[in-house]
Amino acid sequence: MKIKLTKGAIENPLIRQLERVSGEELKRCYQCGKCSAGCPVTFAMEIPPSQIMRFLQIGMMDDVMKANSMWVCVGCLQCYARCPQSVSVANVLEGLRQLHLRKGEDREQIKDVPFPFLKNAPQQAIVCGFRKFVS
Amino acid sequence: MKIPYYPGCTLNTVAKGFETSAKEAALSIGFELAEMPAWNCCGATFPLTPDNLIALSAPAKVLSSARKTGESLTTLCSVCYNVLKRTNSVMKNDREKRAVINGFIETDYDGSLNVTHFLEILRDNIGFDKVKAAVKQPLTGLKAAAYYGCMLLRPFEDMGIDDAEDPVVMENLLAALGAEAIKSPNRIECCGAHLAMTNEDIVVKLSGTIMTSAVRNGAELIVTTCPLCQYNLEKSQSRVASDTPGYAGIPIVYFTQMLGLALGQDVDTLGFDKNIWDARPLLRKKGIIK
Repeated sequence: MKIKLTKGAIENPLIRQLERVSGEELKRCYQCGKCSAGCPVTFAMEIPPSQIMRFLQIGMMDDVMKANSMWVCVGCLQCYARCPQSVSVANVLEGLRQLHLRKGEDREQIKDVPFPFLKNAPQQAIVCGFRKFVS
Repeated sequence: MKIPYYPGCTLNTVAKGFETSAKEAALSIGFELAEMPAWNCCGATFPLTPDNLIALSAPAKVLSSARKTGESLTTLCSVCYNVLKRTNSVMKNDREKRAVINGFIETDYDGSLNVTHFLEILRDNIGFDKVKAAVKQPLTGLKAAAYYGCMLLRPFEDMGIDDAEDPVVMENLLAALGAEAIKSPNRIECCGAHLAMTNEDIVVKLSGTIMTSAVRNGAELIVTTCPLCQYNLEKSQSRVASDTPGYAGIPIVYFTQMLGLALGQDVDTLGFDKNIWDARPLLRKKGIIK
């Protein structure tokens, strides 16, 4: 893949906004990859956690915003527990979800959640799921 | 002795067996889990974006209400424990956020409540040696794997209940109850949590790894502290069994059910009938129940 780096993309105001919302300083990540190794859902992510960090460092915000990574992260904080730089990729991914949700772009519709799940699942799953997927 | 207790949304309903077994077990070692008078849902998720203060208002309200009548608050559910303890840490250490949240929910809470998990009460207040001395029906010969999941342990600096990579609290409790504690390498991995709502395949894969790894290490039963872990693992059993040759399923129980059993409670009061995968045939085979 050929990537063209531009000053404009790296200074993308949306990425600065992400840093403010998530409370994480993206440039602290030095790409050791321990987050991707420890993350239990790396296999299901279109862009794995460590690459999310790299993409954001070099301004590839569009790719990150389109990838499913933020929606399959459950926030188990294994990435943060293993990070030698104390970066929480989980916070960055929640920040990305929030960038969508704060514009009213919901990931799920309540009506689409299967009724047996709503009836039988622990309430905590439903409350948590709606907080993560619905604005 | 009365210990103020916060049940949260799930323990009064879907995970009733978790609550009843804990309450009965507490009584048989000399204290009462007394449900706090007025409470609301904790929100079931601690916001990972630090500017999302609105999500802290529900747990802060619980904490403030509990502080009016006591100095500590105990939980059973790992998620409640995580949300309440982390919110408490914000209320204690962040003066600006504390002022905003207190202003919003009209309280003056200062973070001075001591939020604990029932496991900590057993380990630090009662002591596992005293729990061991109270055992009437040791779980001899039972190979039980503790499954911690994520919310009980992480992030370490806020939770601090045990080592985040190599916890021992549940293994030590199981050993005190007479069981053989099995350490499985996947015991601190996530079960998939709320993805059960939208992406069952991921939950089945993660839960399957956790369960088959426990079985491979010799476990006959998995012990958990979280209603959502319990649900995800149990619900995934049949699909994991059909995908994994030689895997026949494993009962998933709450640590309080094993505690109650060892302390001599009637097995019918411990909510084993509410679990999808019945642990009683195994316990009968082991001679732990009749």
